[in-house]
Amino acid sequence: MLKPPYAEKDISGCAVVGIMNISGNNFGSEKIVNAIKCMRDRSNGLGGGFAAYGIYPEHKDLYAFHMMYLDTNRRYDAEDFLKKKFNIAASERIPTAKVNSISESPVLWRYFLSVENKPPLMSEEDFVVQTVIYINANIDGAFVASSGKNMGVFKGVGYPEDIARFYKLQDYEAYIWLSHGRFPTNTVGWWGGAHPFNILDWSVVHNGELSSYGTNARYLEMYGYKCELMTDTEVVAYTMDLLMRRHKLPLNLVAKVIAAPLWKEIDNLEPKERRILTRLRQTYSSLLLNGPFSFIIANQDQMIGITDRIRLRPLIYASNKDMFYISTEEAAIRTIESDLKNIKIPRGGEPVVAQLLTSDIRHQTSSSREGATN
Amino acid sequence: MKTYIPHKFEVNINDKCIKCLVCVKQCSFSALSFDEDDATIYPDNNKCVACHRCTTLCPTKSINIVKNPIVYHPNEYWKANVIEDIYKQAETGGILLSGTGNDKDYPVYFDRILLDASQVTNPSIDPLREPMELRTYLGKKSDRLQFKENKKSTTTIKTKSEPQVKLETPIMFAAMSLGAISYNAHQALARTAEEHGTLYNTGEGGLHKSLYKYGKNTIVQVASGRYGVHHEYLNAGSVVEIKIGQGAKPGIGGHLPGEKINAEISQTRMIPEGTDALSPAPHHDIYSIEDLAQLVYAIKEATFYKKLVSVKIAAVHNVAAIASGIARAGADIVTIDGFRGGTGAAPTVIRDNVGIPIEMAIAAVDDRLRKESIRNNVSLVASGGIRNSVDVVKAIALGADAVYIGTSALISIGCTMCQKCYTGKCAWGIATTNPQLAKRLNPEIAYKRLSNLLRAWSLEIKEILGAMGLNAIESLKSNRLRLRGVGLSAEELKILGIKQAGG
Amino acid sequence: MKKKLKAYKIKANGLHFKELNNLIKKAVNDGHNSLNIVGVIGQRYIGTGLNKKIKINIKGTAGADLGAFMDGPNIVLKGNAQDAVGNTMNSGSITVHGSASDVCGIAARSGRIFIKGNVGYRAGIHMKEYQDFKPTLIIGGEAYDFLGEYMAGGILAVLNLNSKEQYLPSTYIGTGMHGGVIYIRGNVHQSQLGQEVSSLKLDSKDEELLYPRLKEFANTFKLDFDKIIKERFIKLLPLSHRPYGRLYAY
Repeated sequence: MLKPPYAEKDISGCAVVGIMNISGNNFGSEKIVNAIKCMRDRSNGLGGGFAAYGIYPEHKDLYAFHMMYLDTNRRYDAEDFLKKKFNIAASERIPTAKVNSISESPVLWRYFLSVENKPPLMSEEDFVVQTVIYINANIDGAFVASSGKNMGVFKGVGYPEDIARFYKLQDYEAYIWLSHGRFPTNTVGWWGGAHPFNILDWSVVHNGELSSYGTNARYLEMYGYKCELMTDTEVVAYTMDLLMRRHKLPLNLVAKVIAAPLWKEIDNLEPKERRILTRLRQTYSSLLLNGPFSFIIANQDQMIGITDRIRLRPLIYASNKDMFYISTEEAAIRTIESDLKNIKIPRGGEPVVAQLLTSDIRHQTSSSREGATN
Repeated sequence: MKTYIPHKFEVNINDKCIKCLVCVKQCSFSALSFDEDDATIYPDNNKCVACHRCTTLCPTKSINIVKNPIVYHPNEYWKANVIEDIYKQAETGGILLSGTGNDKDYPVYFDRILLDASQVTNPSIDPLREPMELRTYLGKKSDRLQFKENKKSTTTIKTKSEPQVKLETPIMFAAMSLGAISYNAHQALARTAEEHGTLYNTGEGGLHKSLYKYGKNTIVQVASGRYGVHHEYLNAGSVVEIKIGQGAKPGIGGHLPGEKINAEISQTRMIPEGTDALSPAPHHDIYSIEDLAQLVYAIKEATFYKKLVSVKIAAVHNVAAIASGIARAGADIVTIDGFRGGTGAAPTVIRDNVGIPIEMAIAAVDDRLRKESIRNNVSLVASGGIRNSVDVVKAIALGADAVYIGTSALISIGCTMCQKCYTGKCAWGIATTNPQLAKRLNPEIAYKRLSNLLRAWSLEIKEILGAMGLNAIESLKSNRLRLRGVGLSAEELKILGIKQAGG
Repeated sequence: MKKKLKAYKIKANGLHFKELNNLIKKAVNDGHNSLNIVGVIGQRYIGTGLNKKIKINIKGTAGADLGAFMDGPNIVLKGNAQDAVGNTMNSGSITVHGSASDVCGIAARSGRIFIKGNVGYRAGIHMKEYQDFKPTLIIGGEAYDFLGEYMAGGILAVLNLNSKEQYLPSTYIGTGMHGGVIYIRGNVHQSQLGQEVSSLKLDSKDEELLYPRLKEFANTFKLDFDKIIKERFIKLLPLSHRPYGRLYAY
C-alpha cells in the first residue's frame, strides 16, 4: 500500500536519528543503521526509512526521483507524465534484496531528471514541488518518495534495520544520513507514509504529534501545498520549504516561528528584538507547531534538530571533530561513538544546526546544558 | 381596545410577605401595586414580563412567577404565540417588535459539535502550571515577512507593517450603543475591556466624553446614521467598525425612539433631545461593494491609516462571497453576526426569520477566504449568540480569530432575557435611558460581574486548549480536525468542514 | 510653527488619492494654511482627516467624498464634484463652482456647502443639527429625487436658478424628514413630496434664517441676491420629529 489507508490524520510515535559529516566526506550506512536499531523499542515494525545525501555524485545536478508504484502499469502511466515535464537522463530499478520480514513491496524505481517544460514565470524548484504534489495527489498507484538532488529516500513498512537490508544500503555512502523508526497507531502500515518525508532537497524525520495540524495544514494550503498524506511530517516539510526556501527566512527566525517563544518572553525583550519577534509571530501564528514534537530536517547544506517550545519530546545532540549527531536517545549516539564527551540537550524550541563546510560547528543553542555523559 | 391576549405569567405572593413594597417600587412594568385600604399587594398579571426583578430583591422570597397554565384548543399549527401575535396586530395595527435575539427552535449547531482531547499520542497540557496563551492580534497579516541585513549585521524587517490590535483574550464586547444600553452598562464594559486587555464597541451612539480614556480598548462604530461621528471620535479608539448589518435584523435599519433621547444620549449622538434617531437600512453612501471600499478608505484617510477598519455584516445566505468582497475592499476585520445575535429592538418577523447560523457562516467565510488565499488580509470575528466559553472555542476552531459577546455580557450584569428592551423599561437598569431605572445598575458591581465572566471563560478556554494539547489559541484557529459533528447530515458536516464523530 | 503666507501648490496630476492626501497632510503639518491643488482628476477624500481652518483651492474634477469627516477647512473647487460631498462633515465649508453628483452633504452635522450648479439624487440626506451645529447646503441649480431624505436638521435650499421650469424635477422630496428645513425657490406639487413633510409659506423668521445665507451664496458666485429672492420660495417642514411613532406594536 502506497497511500493513506484511512482518510484520517496519521498518528505515530517514533525514534529519529541524524548523522552528518560536516566536511562533506561520505561514510557508509553502518553507523546510522546501528543507531536506529538501538532504539528499536520506540518503533513497531510498521514503518522505517532513511535519507542519504551525497549518494549520486555522478548525477549531482539532476533531480533524483525515488518512485514507488503499485505495479508496472502504474509505472508506465507515471513515466508518461514525467516525460511531459522532464528530460529523463537516466532511470533504473532501485536495487533491493529479499528480506523475510518485508513482503508486498511496491515497484521501486529511480529517475534522474532535468526540468523541461515549466511555465516561464515559475521557479524550477516550485515546479518540482508542484509536480511532486500533483503526482502524489492525482496519479493513482504512484508515489514520489524523494525528489532532491544527489540524495534519496529509502523507506517502507518494516523495522528500519530490515528496510536498510531490503534497500541494500550497505552499498551507499553519504555525508548526511537520517533515519526513522515508526510506531503508528494504525494497524496498517503504508509505504508512502513511512519517514523520512521528502520534498525537493528537504527530508524530515519526525517524532511526536502536532496538535495544531489542522491550523498548520489550512495555512499551508493557501500557499499551494496539498496536505494529502495527513501526516505531521508532511506539514513540517512544507512549513520548512515555505519559510526557508520561498520566504527566505534565516533559520534562527524559522525556529522562532515553528517553536515561537511565549508572548511573555517576547514582551520582555529589548524593543528591537521584541518588534521583530512580535511581527514574526503575528504573521506566522498559524505555523506555530503546537504539541509534542522533535524532528530532524536536512538538506544538502545542513542538518537541523529542534523540539517544540516546551520540549514535550526528547532530542539530544553531540559532535566529535567533523561528525555531528542528533538523536532521540543518547544511547543511539553512544552506539556509534561510545566515549563522546559533549552530549547536550537543546532547550525547547532552539534549533541545533550542523552546517556543511564550516570549521566550527554553529549550533545556536547558547543555553544548552550538558546531558548525562558519564 | 380590550385585549384578547391572556396574560403570560402569574405573580403569586405568599404570606411571608412583609409589605416592604420593594417589589412594587422595583417593578418598572407597573405589574404590582399596593392597596393601602386593605394593605395588600396586588399583581396585574397582564403587565408582568417575568424579569425577576421583584423575586430577586424580595427580602423574604415571598414572590413567585409562574407560567399562566391557560390553554387554547390543542393545535400544532395555530400555536398560542401565533394566535397572540395576530391579536396584538389586530389591536395595534403595528409591526411586532422584539428585544434580544431569535428565540425560535432552529438547530443550534454549536450543540451538535463536540471537541477533541489528547489521549496518549500527544499529551494534554495542564493549564494551571504550564504556559497557556490566549493572546490574539487583529489586523492584516502579511503573506510573508521579508528581512534585510544591515551593515552592522543587524536584521530589520523590510515588509511594511500593518496596524495590529492586541487582545489578551479572544472575547470582545459587541456593539451596544449608549442609548440602547445605559451609561453605567457602557462604563462597566469599557472598564472590563481595559482590565482584560480586550475591546468593547460603542455601537452607533457616539462616545461619552468620560469614556474617551478607554480609547485603546474601544471600537468606535460608524453606522448608517453617523450619530456622534466626528474627527475626534474616529480617532478615539483602536478600531473603527463600519456597521452594515446586524444578525438580529439583517437589512433593517435602526430606530431609537425619541423618548430614549434624553440629555445624555442627545449629547453623544449629537442630535436634539426627543427626536427619533433613525439609522437608515443601508448607508446612503454605500450602494455597492466599491462604495464600501470608498468608505473604508475615507475612514483610513480620516484616521491616518493608524486604525483598523472592521466591517460588520449579518450572516446572510451568500455571506462568503460578501466577506471576500469586504476583504478586497480594504477592511482589516470582517465581523459576521449570526442570526441568533441580539438587539434592543427588531421587527419580530425579521428577527425570527432572516439570516443563517453563525457556525455555518464562519465555516463558509473562512473556507472562501482561504480558497482565494486572502485569509491573511483580514481577521475574522464571529458574533451572534455566543453563550459560553465552549461556543468561543468552537467558533475559533471553525475559523474565527475572535468573538464578540453581547447578550451573554448583559446577562452577566442582570439581564433575564425578558425581551422587552425596546420598551425602555428595563427593570435592571441595563437597556434603558430612564435615569431612575439606569441608576439601578451599580457600575462597580456590573464591572465586577463582567470581569468575573471574562475571567471564568478565559480560564475555561485554557482548560479546553490544555485538554486538546495546545498551549496557544493561535493553534486552534480553523483547526477543524479537533471538532466532530453529532446528529448532522452529510451536507451540514461538509459545510462546517468537520467530520462525523467516530470518523 | 511660523505661518506661511503664500499658498502652497500641489500638482495632483497622476497621483493616487493616498499620495495626494499624504502631500496635503504633510503640507498642513508643515504649517501651510493655504493650498492650491491643481490637476485634480478624481482623487477622493480631499480635506478628509484635516481639522484645521485652512484654505484649500482645487482645480479639476474632485473625486468622491470631498471633505468627508472634515472638521474646519475651507475648500473651494473650480470644477465638478463626485458623490458624497461633505460626507459627515463637522465644520468648515465646501464651495463647488460646478455641479455635484449624488448624496451631496450626506449626514453633515455642521459647516456649509455651496453648489453653484446641479446635484444628483439624495442631496442633503440625513443632515442633522445639534446645539450650535447647523449645516447649510445651498444648491444653485436643480436637485433630483429624495432631496433631504431622512433629514434631521440643518438648512437645505435649492434655488433652481438655471431652469425655466417652476417645479423641481424631483419626487420623494423630504421623505422621512424629521428635522431641519428645506427651502425651494419656485414650487412643488404635493405629489412630489414625501409623506412626512408639509409645504408652507415663508415667514419673517425664515427670512432671518435664509437671507444671510443666500447673500453669502450670491456673493460667492457673483449672483444678484435681489433677483434670487424676487421669485417665490416655499419651505418644507417635517410633520413630526417622530415620523414613525405609530409604526410598531408595543
